Amino acid sequence: MKTQSIKTKRLQPLQKISSGISGLDEITGGGLPKGRPTLVCGNAGCGKTLMAMEFLVRGAVEHNEPGVFMSFEENEEELTGNVASLGFDLKALSAQKKIVLDHVRIERSEIQETGEYDLEGLFIRLNHAIDSIGAKRVVLDTIEGLFAALPNHSILRSELRRLFRWLKDKGVSAIITAERGDGLLTRHGLDEYVADCVILLDHRVNEQLSTRRLRVVKYRGSVHGTNEYPFLISKDGFSVLPVTSMGLDHPASSERISSGVNRLDTMLGGKGFFRGSSILVSGTAGTGKSSIAAAFVDAAARRGERSLYFAFEESQNQILRNMNSISLNLEPWVKKGLLQFHASRPSLYGLEMHLLTIYDAVKKFKPRVVVMDPVTNLISVGTEIEVRSMLTRLIDFFKTEQVTALFPSLTTGDSSQSEVAISSLMDVWILLRNIESAGERNRGLYILKSRGMEHSNQIREVLLSNNGIGLVDVYAGPATVLTGSARIEQAGREKADVDRRKAQIAVLKAGLEAKIDELNQEINDENLLDQVNAKSRFNLAANRQADVEPKLKSNGHHRIEEFVK
Amino acid sequence: MSKPLPEEKKIGSKPPNHEAWELRLYVAGQTAKSVTAFANLKRICEQYILGKYKIEVVDLLKNPTLAKGDQILAVPTLVRKLPVPIRKILGDLSDTERVLVGLDLRHLAEQIA
Repeated sequence: MKTQSIKTKRLQPLQKISSGISGLDEITGGGLPKGRPTLVCGNAGCGKTLMAMEFLVRGAVEHNEPGVFMSFEENEEELTGNVASLGFDLKALSAQKKIVLDHVRIERSEIQETGEYDLEGLFIRLNHAIDSIGAKRVVLDTIEGLFAALPNHSILRSELRRLFRWLKDKGVSAIITAERGDGLLTRHGLDEYVADCVILLDHRVNEQLSTRRLRVVKYRGSVHGTNEYPFLISKDGFSVLPVTSMGLDHPASSERISSGVNRLDTMLGGKGFFRGSSILVSGTAGTGKSSIAAAFVDAAARRGERSLYFAFEESQNQILRNMNSISLNLEPWVKKGLLQFHASRPSLYGLEMHLLTIYDAVKKFKPRVVVMDPVTNLISVGTEIEVRSMLTRLIDFFKTEQVTALFPSLTTGDSSQSEVAISSLMDVWILLRNIESAGERNRGLYILKSRGMEHSNQIREVLLSNNGIGLVDVYAGPATVLTGSARIEQAGREKADVDRRKAQIAVLKAGLEAKIDELNQEINDENLLDQVNAKSRFNLAANRQADVEPKLKSNGHHRIEEFVK
Repeated sequence: MSKPLPEEKKIGSKPPNHEAWELRLYVAGQTAKSVTAFANLKRICEQYILGKYKIEVVDLLKNPTLAKGDQILAVPTLVRKLPVPIRKILGDLSDTERVLVGLDLRHLAEQIA
C-alpha cells in the first residue's frame, strides 16, 4: 500500500496556482505552489505587501479563490486605502465574502510575559477567518512583526514552524512576507521554515534611478527562471517583465512605406521601408537625424496613419518649431490627432517604467509609426546590457503590433563601431555622418544595411533647407569625392571649362567662315579671270572666222553671256 | 520636557486603589497551561484584591470570533479590562512577581509585606 502511494505521489507533478501577477507565472512555469506557503522577502518599500495583495485579489476575482489577508503592520483602512489606487475595492470584496482583512495589532508596552504560552490564539483566529469564507489563499504580512512584540523568541520560532506546517495541512496557498536581513534572506531566518518557494524582491538605486527586481531564489519541485527580472508597480498593479516573454514569431509584412524623403525611397529599392521594420538612423550631433524622423512621421500622416513620437531631448513645441524651418509643418497633424508627442527626460524614471509607458501609449493610441528620438538617451538610464534587453523587448513588441519604428541614435566619433550592441536588432541602418573637407562640414548619408531589399551603396549628401530635406549625389570624380561648396565649385569649374571650349569653338568657327569667304573670293577671282580669257578667246575666234564656236566653261557661263551682251 | 516629571511622581506617590477589577482569561480548551493559569490567577486575586475582582474565562475554541476583539494571539492571555489602561499578560502566570507587575499590584504586595 505504502509503496503504491509513494509512486503515485512521484508521478503527480507539483500543482501550481496562478499568482495573478503578470509575468510571474511565466517565470515560475505556471505560478506559485498550490496548497503550500511561499516566502516573499525584501527590504522595506520593495512591494511585498502589494504583491501579496495582488495575489489575493486576483485569486478572489479571477480564479474564484477567496482569501484571507492577515496584516501585522497596517490596519484594514490603511490597506484598503493603499490598494484603492490600483483599482482594488477591498470593501466591496469583503462585503462579497471574497476577502477577509484581519489586522493583528500587538502593543509591546501592553504585554507582560509570565511562564509558558503558545500561539494557539493566532491559529484559532486564522482558522476562523479561513473557514468563514472558505478561503483558498492566505497572506501573512509581515509575520516578523511578532518578533518585536513577543520577547520569547524560542517559543515564537517553534510556533511559527507549527504555523507553516498547519497552513500546509490546511491546504491553503499562502504568501508570507518577511523583511530582508543583513546578508540573509530574512531578518529572523524564516526561510528555514518556509522552504517551498522563496521569492526575493529588490529595490536598487543606481545612479539616482531606482529599479525593482524580482528573483525566484528557490522553488522546490519545479524548474523556474533563475535570473533577476525587473518588475514594475504601476497603476495597473504589479508586473514582472521576463525578457523571454515574447517569442520571435511576429509577422513579416511585405508592404512598403515611404520614408518621406523621395531620394531615400529610391535608395531603398525605390519603395521605402518594410512595414513593421525597425530602422536605426545613427549619426553624430547635428547630422539631421531628427529631421529624417520628422519627414517619416509627416509621410505617415499624409497617408492618414497615426504616429507616436517619443522625444527624450526636445519638447513638442520645440520640435514643431524646428521642423517648420525645413518646411515640415507637423502642427496640423497634431491637431488632427494623427500625431502624438510624448516628451520626457529619460532620467525621469527607470528603464522599466519607460518600457511600460511606451507599451501603454502604443496600446492606447495604436500608431502605425513610432519614433524614439534619440534612443541612445535611454542608455544614460541603465547599463548597455539593460538597455539592450529593454530594446529587444520593445522591438519585439513593435513587430508584434506591426508598428514601424524609427530610432534616431546619437553617436560619438566614428559611429559604425559604437553601436554594434543595438544595430543587430535593427532591420535598416541608415548612417548619417559629417564630411569635413575644404574648411566646411557637410552631411552625408548612406545605407549601411537594409534587410530583405535591394539598396543603394552610394553616399548621398543631405541638404537641409527651407525647401525640406533633399538628397543630392555627391561629386564622384576620377580622383575624389566632393560635397558642399567643393562640389558646387567643382560643378562651376566644369561649367567654366565648357564655356571656354564653346568660346574657342566660336573663334574657330569664325576663322573657318572667314577662310570660306576668302576661298569664295578666290574662286570668284578665278572665274573672272576665266571669263576674261574666254572672252578674249571668243573675240580671237571671231576675228579668225572660225568654223567652230569656241565652248565656254560651264562655271561662269551665265555671267560670261551677260558680260558679252 | 519638564511636564512628564510631576506626572510620573503623581503615579508613583498615589497608587491606584480601585474597587472593581475586571479580568478576562483567554484559553484554548482545557489544557494543562490553561488550568495552571487559572489556578495561579485565582490565588493572586484572593491574596491581593479579595472581593474586588471578577474573572471571566473565554475559551477561544468555543468562541473563535472573540480573539479579534482583544487582539489575542497567545494563549493563555490574561487581559486586565478594568482598571484602565488595558494590560495583557501572556503565559500560565507562574511567575507571581511578573503577574503583579503586569497587573500593577506591586504596591499592594509591598504593603502586605
